[in-house]
Amino acid sequence: MAEITNQNNKDFIINSILLNDSENYTKDILDKLSFIKRDKVTFPVITVSQNSCSIITGTQNLTQIIKDYLVERDIKAHVIEVGSLGICSVETLISVQLPGKTKLLYKDVSEENVIAILDGNFNNYIAEENVFCQFRNTMHEPYENLPYLDEISFFSNQQRIILKNCGIIDPGSIDEYIAFGGYKTFVKAIRHYTHEDVCNIVDESNLRGRGGEGYFTGKKWKIALNTPAEQKYLICNAGESDPGAFMERLLIESDPHKVVEGIAISAYAIGAKKALIYIEWEYDLAIKRLSNAIQQAKEYGLIGHDILKSGYSLDIIIKKGAGAYVCGEETALIASIEGKRGRPHSKPPYPATKGLFGQPTIVNNVETLVNIPIIIEKGANWFNSIGTANSKGTKVFSVSGKVEFVGMVEVVMGTKIRDIIYRIAGGIPKNKRFKAVHIGGPSGGTLGEEHIDTLVDYDSVILTGASLGSAGMVVLDEDNCIIDTVKYFMNFLQKESCGICIPCREGTRRMYEILENISKRPKDDFGHTTLQRFKGVMQLENLAEVIKDTSMCGLGKKAANPVLTTLKWFRDEYEEHIFERNCSAGVCQELRTFEINVEACTGCTLCAKKCPTGAIFGTPKNTHFIVQDKCIGCGICYETCKFSAIISK
Amino acid sequence: MPDIDSILEKYSYTQHDNLIPILQEIQDDFGYLSKEALVKVGDYLKIPTGKIYGLATFYSQFRFEPKGKYHIRICNGTSCHINSNFIILKELKKKLGINDGEVTKNGLFSLEETECMSGCGFGPVMMVNEKVYTRLTLEKVPEIIHFYLQIENE
Amino acid sequence: MITIEVNNQQIQAKKGETILEALNRNGINVPTLCRMEGFSPTGACRLCVVEVEGKSGLIPSCSFPIDEPLKIKTHSPRVIRSRKMLVELLLSNHPDDCLYCVRNGNCELQDLAEELNVRERRIAGNKSKASIDQSSPGIVRDPAKCVLCGRCVRICEEVQEVSTFDFIKRGNKTSIATSMNKDLNFSNCIHCGQCIMVCPTGALHEKTNFDVLLEMLNNPDIKVIAQFSPSVTVSIAEELGIRSGKDISGLIINALHKIGFYKVFDTAFASDMLIYEQAAELVDRIKYKGNLPLISSCCPGWIKYMEQSHVDLMENVSTCKSPQQMMGSMIKSFYAQQETISSEKIFSVSFMSCTAKKFEAQREEMTHKGISDIDLVLTSRELLKLIKLYGIDVQLLDEEIADNPFNTRSSAGKLVAASGGIAEGLIRTFYFLSSKNEIPDYKITKLRSSKDRREIFIDIDDSRIGVAVVSGLKHANKLLEEIRNGRDDLHYVEIMACPGGCINGGGQPFCNDDKILKARLKTIYDIDEKEGLKVAHKNPNLIQLYEKFLGEPLSVKANSYLHTKYSKRDVLL
Repeated sequence: MAEITNQNNKDFIINSILLNDSENYTKDILDKLSFIKRDKVTFPVITVSQNSCSIITGTQNLTQIIKDYLVERDIKAHVIEVGSLGICSVETLISVQLPGKTKLLYKDVSEENVIAILDGNFNNYIAEENVFCQFRNTMHEPYENLPYLDEISFFSNQQRIILKNCGIIDPGSIDEYIAFGGYKTFVKAIRHYTHEDVCNIVDESNLRGRGGEGYFTGKKWKIALNTPAEQKYLICNAGESDPGAFMERLLIESDPHKVVEGIAISAYAIGAKKALIYIEWEYDLAIKRLSNAIQQAKEYGLIGHDILKSGYSLDIIIKKGAGAYVCGEETALIASIEGKRGRPHSKPPYPATKGLFGQPTIVNNVETLVNIPIIIEKGANWFNSIGTANSKGTKVFSVSGKVEFVGMVEVVMGTKIRDIIYRIAGGIPKNKRFKAVHIGGPSGGTLGEEHIDTLVDYDSVILTGASLGSAGMVVLDEDNCIIDTVKYFMNFLQKESCGICIPCREGTRRMYEILENISKRPKDDFGHTTLQRFKGVMQLENLAEVIKDTSMCGLGKKAANPVLTTLKWFRDEYEEHIFERNCSAGVCQELRTFEINVEACTGCTLCAKKCPTGAIFGTPKNTHFIVQDKCIGCGICYETCKFSAIISK
Repeated sequence: MPDIDSILEKYSYTQHDNLIPILQEIQDDFGYLSKEALVKVGDYLKIPTGKIYGLATFYSQFRFEPKGKYHIRICNGTSCHINSNFIILKELKKKLGINDGEVTKNGLFSLEETECMSGCGFGPVMMVNEKVYTRLTLEKVPEIIHFYLQIENE
Repeated sequence: MITIEVNNQQIQAKKGETILEALNRNGINVPTLCRMEGFSPTGACRLCVVEVEGKSGLIPSCSFPIDEPLKIKTHSPRVIRSRKMLVELLLSNHPDDCLYCVRNGNCELQDLAEELNVRERRIAGNKSKASIDQSSPGIVRDPAKCVLCGRCVRICEEVQEVSTFDFIKRGNKTSIATSMNKDLNFSNCIHCGQCIMVCPTGALHEKTNFDVLLEMLNNPDIKVIAQFSPSVTVSIAEELGIRSGKDISGLIINALHKIGFYKVFDTAFASDMLIYEQAAELVDRIKYKGNLPLISSCCPGWIKYMEQSHVDLMENVSTCKSPQQMMGSMIKSFYAQQETISSEKIFSVSFMSCTAKKFEAQREEMTHKGISDIDLVLTSRELLKLIKLYGIDVQLLDEEIADNPFNTRSSAGKLVAASGGIAEGLIRTFYFLSSKNEIPDYKITKLRSSKDRREIFIDIDDSRIGVAVVSGLKHANKLLEEIRNGRDDLHYVEIMACPGGCINGGGQPFCNDDKILKARLKTIYDIDEKEGLKVAHKNPNLIQLYEKFLGEPLSVKANSYLHTKYSKRDVLL
């Protein structure tokens, strides 16, 4: 076999690293660590990016293909599956590290071209169209004329603190995680800190929950810590399910041990002996890697009874969510874990005093929890030195939509939205014009050109009417219609509302219907529908305010955000749809009008035959014309015309 | 042959919070939740089937009829929407004559709109069983369906 | 006590109570929809929202506990605007057929729209396409009118433990449905009608068949015979402008005669018959060591529930038909023979406070040679409509007595209307049957308390007889579980599906007022107090009936006319 694995280093790891309180390791230890971290390699090492973003490009068998290739060519090399570097648009990535050389990264690798790339690499030929960059490492000989990873603007403009390991380390290896400094903080916490100590550090760090509400994590923890109870629970909310955000999923897939460590420290902080991870059932790879990480941590005695003889015991279990966006709301999440319909409940009581099974429960999302180890390690002051006055630390976003580089990025709080879109994500492709950026998923808001210099932190974004929410950032260009996008979110919300409280259930549905009405042509100009169309629009704002004011949970309270923000910043587009009955982006299909270009029409009669309302007239071999009164704007003629004679307006 | 009883046996304590995991496991094995399954689970956990049905219909994971032979999952995430997935979806519905969550009469195809499949860089994205299709265009839809119909005809 | 400020006035609130409780106690009402007295608040409908200073959104007063001094505005423009909008949202896709709706005039949604001054449809929603479920013999469901307040779900689950209904799906597809979204007749619904009683709109109502009745009343070949249950007469007075709770049997009899019923009989007569038969059955079971405890069988809701959920106790359940069916059976046999009317020419109608009776009447066991004993069951509510339809001003009528031969009754037969009544009447007769002496103290106070479960132990000669009474199937389940687990000190158990018995039945006029229930109860006990004839076995016409026709209790004839059998029901539980 060509595959070479690290020997089991369990004893070394526990005694020399985790239980070693000295900051200065001996050279012996350092050497061994360096070996585990693969600073120097004696065989070629190939890493294959295997995460949900790369698999979707159809490369789930890539690792096997590479292994087979190595066996075939009798090459001794080490193949490792890693998570995601965050740059999804160029997946699938593989890296090749030859002994003595820097690590080389290839992009757009597929099951078809991988052999050619590897063949070239092992024969001193670098496939030009696939090579992406090299990793900086002064100990090794670099490739010439190749940029370093930290020179690529996608990476150079980020500040990767919690994503540091992502795409670099083997998510399936606890040794590697520990070699990169992992679990050390957890062990230190349970051995040398009290519960209060940990809560205090987090409180002083001013860390705010990354789930959207932005509560101060330390404050919330202290409530749970100070509520006397038989059992306390820590729940890691990994049920992202925002339709435009994928960073937590990638984060778990790339660095599952970091999540486990974050959970372990947090559970210790509030004195919970049981922690649960609520994760969507569809995230199968994340669940697999997380289960494996928990299993390894158990084997190393980092989870379980009397952890490393500290007297602290912790059990972590995974609860698979069955698919409901509203279960991202903490009370609904708790109901779901208890085996009920995932509907939220009125607060108070807050989960911190009365949550899962009636016991004090802290629900934090993945990103909040992965911040914990480094805060405890480096201290509250260090964390306070990053970010803005009221928003400390970094924030991870998933940037998608009309940008050059879709992906998961981490920036310091207070970075400009413009920098994220243009400097990191590479701007709008195909020279199209930027129209808007939607932040925060269905509960978030849409901001236009004039707000592109808004800073991403809790307060600045709120001022624009949007919210950080799940931190999905979707960029729209001139081809996208604002009404259509808002309609999309309202449709999502009306389907995902738990359906209990009237404002959210009925309100989202009516808002959707109103938006649908204005993106359609009225059936006739004098009839009932025209009147209703206007009435509905007049109520849209009013309705949105009431929904915000009266809904039971966060989902409902924020459900109106997409409508409210767009009404505020893109009013002209609403007006265009309502008064001019025109969608200049051409997305609202039923508003389109069609005309026949007299020059191009050959009189083939095809369009007239296909028109469902008989709105096209003309005799064979003569120019046809469209009767606008009869046209419903379905666009079938546009699609059928072989001579591009039909023009959409 | 999977059977419900051996799934139930694994859950030695009959707490309410085991309900969803049990249903998930049954669905994993059988592909859907049958009436018989609900009755058995209700009997085991002492929960009325009406309650189980109410719970299961709340979550999008659970289905109550078998999937089609070719289960089409089309991503309806924000990014795919921005990239005009609705045109693809409309075409699919038209070609297959079914809506989200339905199965064609001959049992060949079933359609499911899903949340983000993490293919945001390559949208619109869809999957037919395990096979992924990325950067879909209107023209590709009939080709893909035709491909599977061809397999059936052979 | 905490002082809170409401609309700039100080009021006193108890620590921990909800804002709504404090407001109501101080004479301020805010509208509610999902709220149910005696149930924990869900905070779902949001109509009870108030403005609390320092809170960003509006606060649901029904679930927000007062822990500190608060400044509250209950009717500020912001609050009114929100409430109004919420009601408009409910109305936006509500079927606009109030004039045709069974609840026209006593609909909570109508009231809310009126109270909040909704005068135009500002938001038009797509109408619901859900179809009406007419499959059940007792209850009709019209999902388009459902406002999803969840009250039916809660009463069915938390009071009856039947759980026929639950919310299904979510978001805009949320609805209330039975298991597997089947029609009601395939479900485990026991037709008790408690869901109808709590439904704020016309989404749930009883199945009506007036047309048949009107046709029959006008058919000269058909004799339409009515009977009315003991609970009906004490439950409709207030709806006719008479003091609530007053027993108006005399007026009802007159009204029914005026409407054109050929004869009007008092079902209380049959209640005496039931007590007599069942007491004999109990004597028999004790003597021959039959299955004990004997469990009552007069409530059709309970019987269906037993057939689906307590099949193992089937042998314990008395074989006696309910009073309605006993009477029906006597009308088409004894009475028809006596008057030489062919039983096919009789159209037998009963007025009951119950929707499950509609189901009971069409059970196969309740037919004789293909002819059903009861042809039509109408509820108290329908009786009121009938009186109105025929334009009868009840207040101007004289009292009449029911027709021979089923017109006498003991007060025991009247007690049956309330939970505990059958047990009390049965003890009186059972005492006589087993000791040949009348019971020294007729009034059995212990069975008249308002406790969830009432138990009494009576010494007759050398033996001690245990009797338990429960109403509301949740309490029945608890008791039956004890019996299943080996409890053996009970000889008789009375079970009524509706909490409080028939006076709170699913066919009664809508009232949310506890006082009205208490008034009904008081009337029944007053009747018992004043009545000379207090025991079923001394009912003179009943004695005659046995002499002329039935022989004695449990005779072969009595068995064939007055007793029935049960079988397991296959429904989705």
